[in-house]
Amino acid sequence: MKTAVIVFPGSNCDRDMAVALETVTGQAPAMVWHRESELPAGIDFIALPGGFSYGDYLRSGAMAARSPILTAVTEAAARGVPVLGVCNGFQVLTEAQLLPGALMRNAGLNFVCRTVPLTVENSQSLFTAGYQAGEAIDIPVAHHDGNYFADAATLDRLEGEGRVAFRYADSVNGSARGIAGVLNDAGNVLGMMPHPERAIDRAHGGTDGLRLFEAALGVLA
Amino acid sequence: MKVQVYVTLKPGVLDPQGKAIHHALEGLGFGGVSDVRAGRFIELEVADDTSDADLDAMCAKLLANTVIENYRIQRA
Repeated sequence: MKTAVIVFPGSNCDRDMAVALETVTGQAPAMVWHRESELPAGIDFIALPGGFSYGDYLRSGAMAARSPILTAVTEAAARGVPVLGVCNGFQVLTEAQLLPGALMRNAGLNFVCRTVPLTVENSQSLFTAGYQAGEAIDIPVAHHDGNYFADAATLDRLEGEGRVAFRYADSVNGSARGIAGVLNDAGNVLGMMPHPERAIDRAHGGTDGLRLFEAALGVLA
Repeated sequence: MKVQVYVTLKPGVLDPQGKAIHHALEGLGFGGVSDVRAGRFIELEVADDTSDADLDAMCAKLLANTVIENYRIQRA
């Protein structure tokens, strides 16, 4: 089980993500700098961590999505390698057009930093198979630009195809239809604003994020 | 030559920043403002022979996110 965490200038959840991956796989992930043009051979799982890549210049995730390593990540995703983007990682995936929609400034304009209740909408994906459909879980969020936007036709398609992985149970940031996490059409790319890697140890105050990593990495084991 | 790029939110896309600016204007006593939309202005210094197609590609690939934004290019 070889995993990789992509590190951009301004990433700040890369080490938390590495701890989560190592906790579940027993093996430290490769930390891959954004300037690399290739991933280490035989990578089975790629994580794009949270943070403020490139200082959120232009738009959150915009610069990171055009960095050299994203070409390799896009190719890996097309081969079916699971890709998880959390928070800024989700923003990067939408900017790179690996996921539909965009993440805009929170409707309340405030940075939101708290643990929020989520509803698991799709428990069939490789990332969410450890949950029950409709299950309520608690995962921390910490973002300024988490307000998910897509046009109505795209939202209908996402819902119709079961590609809404998680929804906020409460109002958090103004996201269209309360969407907190979406899957690509093949189901191997997940972007989500909440931080599952911040809920894997009882010392975090909750462990609801652990099953996401166990499912995604266990399926591959 | 200078090229000016105006990036604006598409109609129908909610603009929380524009709304906040609107409220602030009202707070300053400016009535009669019915809506505010905030955008981005980018000025490029480019070679004189830069083609329209290249300028358009710069906007579509990076300067604007066409999921939520429109752009307008003006050669100064």
